[in-house]
Amino acid sequence: MLNNNINLLVRFYSGLGGFILSSCLKFLFSDIIDGYSIMINFNNVSKVYSQDSVALRDVNFSVSAGEFISVVGHSGAGKSTLIKMVLADEKPTEGTVFFESVDIHKLGNKELTKLRRRIGAVFQDFRLLPNKTAYENIAFAMEASGKTDEEIASDVPHVLELVDLTNRLSHFPHQMSGGEKQRLAIARAIINQPELIIADEPTGNLDPVNAFEVIQILKKINDLGTTVILTTHNRGVVESIGKRVITMEKGKIIRDDKDGKYVI
Amino acid sequence: MTELKRIIKAGFVNFSRNGIISWSAVLIITITLSVIGSLIFLQAVLHSSLDQMKEKVDITIYFNTGAQDSEMMALKANIEKLPEVASTEFVSSAEALQTFRDRHKDDYPTIQALDEIGINPLGAFLNIKAKEINQYESISNFLKSDNVLVSGSNSIIDKVNYNQNKLVIDRLSSIINGAEKLGFIVTLIFILISLIIAYNTIRLAIFMSREEISVMRLVGASKLRIRGPFMVEGAIYGLIATVITMLIFWPSTVWFGSHMTLFLGMNIYDYFTSNFFQIFFIVLLSGILLGMISSSFAVRRYLNK
Repeated sequence: MLNNNINLLVRFYSGLGGFILSSCLKFLFSDIIDGYSIMINFNNVSKVYSQDSVALRDVNFSVSAGEFISVVGHSGAGKSTLIKMVLADEKPTEGTVFFESVDIHKLGNKELTKLRRRIGAVFQDFRLLPNKTAYENIAFAMEASGKTDEEIASDVPHVLELVDLTNRLSHFPHQMSGGEKQRLAIARAIINQPELIIADEPTGNLDPVNAFEVIQILKKINDLGTTVILTTHNRGVVESIGKRVITMEKGKIIRDDKDGKYVI
Repeated sequence: MTELKRIIKAGFVNFSRNGIISWSAVLIITITLSVIGSLIFLQAVLHSSLDQMKEKVDITIYFNTGAQDSEMMALKANIEKLPEVASTEFVSSAEALQTFRDRHKDDYPTIQALDEIGINPLGAFLNIKAKEINQYESISNFLKSDNVLVSGSNSIIDKVNYNQNKLVIDRLSSIINGAEKLGFIVTLIFILISLIIAYNTIRLAIFMSREEISVMRLVGASKLRIRGPFMVEGAIYGLIATVITMLIFWPSTVWFGSHMTLFLGMNIYDYFTSNFFQIFFIVLLSGILLGMISSSFAVRRYLNK
């Protein structure tokens, strides 16, 4: 079933023509045109809530377009704060966060709204709209990015099919299992073909089978050119991905490995 | 246009799915609108009572018995030219006598005494009503000044009763002013309290949706797209609450009309039916604005976080 879903995912993305082509080109030539491919850049970022509560300390790293990065660390290491910075849900006390050439935290409301449409987000607690059905949750993300009713009617069933939720179309989140909710959250995150997917502990509330499925979907999305930032404290998940791993402790980056090691 | 259609549809869908929260908000707005509507009736009763009191106040010029009709008419014409004067009523000595006889028809000794005199002892008089109760003093002053009176008219006036009634008129005037001010302040306070309660109920309803609002922001929804459905929902609260309020007022005013007309000095049911559209419009506008503005303010708190 998973293979079938991944094939559907390929078809879904294949239909996007120009987007895929440009993403693949960016991915393939990312090493050559390095300056162009930097998508996210953290520059001396600190987040201090109070003297006793420092979430991030002088964080520096960058993410190239098309990369799959796992950010690992214990609870309270600063992983979620890092994610919130990229979504402009938190402001740094010091330092800057760039998305391509734009300082995220200097954006006005309208520009920020546009930026968020370029990012798909998946969370441990799913963050679905509780009063909307599975169909409406995805349709809302499309409406927010200005898609027409026709586009919504054609794409939503398609994306629900690829996360295997066709039979949950008119179910509300409270009528779905944890795995189904997370697959729905992934469907919502990818529906607008974002350039970046942020997954904050997406497997935290899932059993191993569902966790494996979610990670496979994220890997496939990344293979198709979308940048993925994943935070987790699940060793098995990180090692199954086998890509770049940033390790955090007490708000600091203590390791940045290219080969998928989970060392704490 | 598509955006507007989606916002309106989302507002209706949210209203129906929020179930008990929506109906709680409707209930509170219904109470608020009932207070506003009741205050409209209260103001009407107050004004009607005050108007009735004002009606009882006038100035009367009593003429000497020998005064000529032409002189009295000239004075009447001059008085009617005063901007403060609302109306005048002239009662001739013959009419005054007839009224006196009618009033005392069962009082035999009085009628007999009148018959024995043989002549009409009553002079004519002129009732003057001012537009406002505080204008009687200026009319009285005007009557005293020479330039108002036609030549020789001083001699035709027996007395003007303003000075005798001055104390009563002054007290009545201050009571009416006080009652109007008090009525306005009480109305304002009640409306303010109702608005605060209604606003807080809507704020509570939206507080339950704060997570939803943050998710909408994260998926890149514009402020209008997030706030719009809540405002539509607020307008629906107001609309339904208006219908319920008017349905409550119907039997209530029927009861007040049939049982309390004498006590209140006016028929509330007649007032309700003759001003139905104005009352409906005021209540509807208050309900919709209250719902929409409260929702907009309540959502703004989470949108700007």
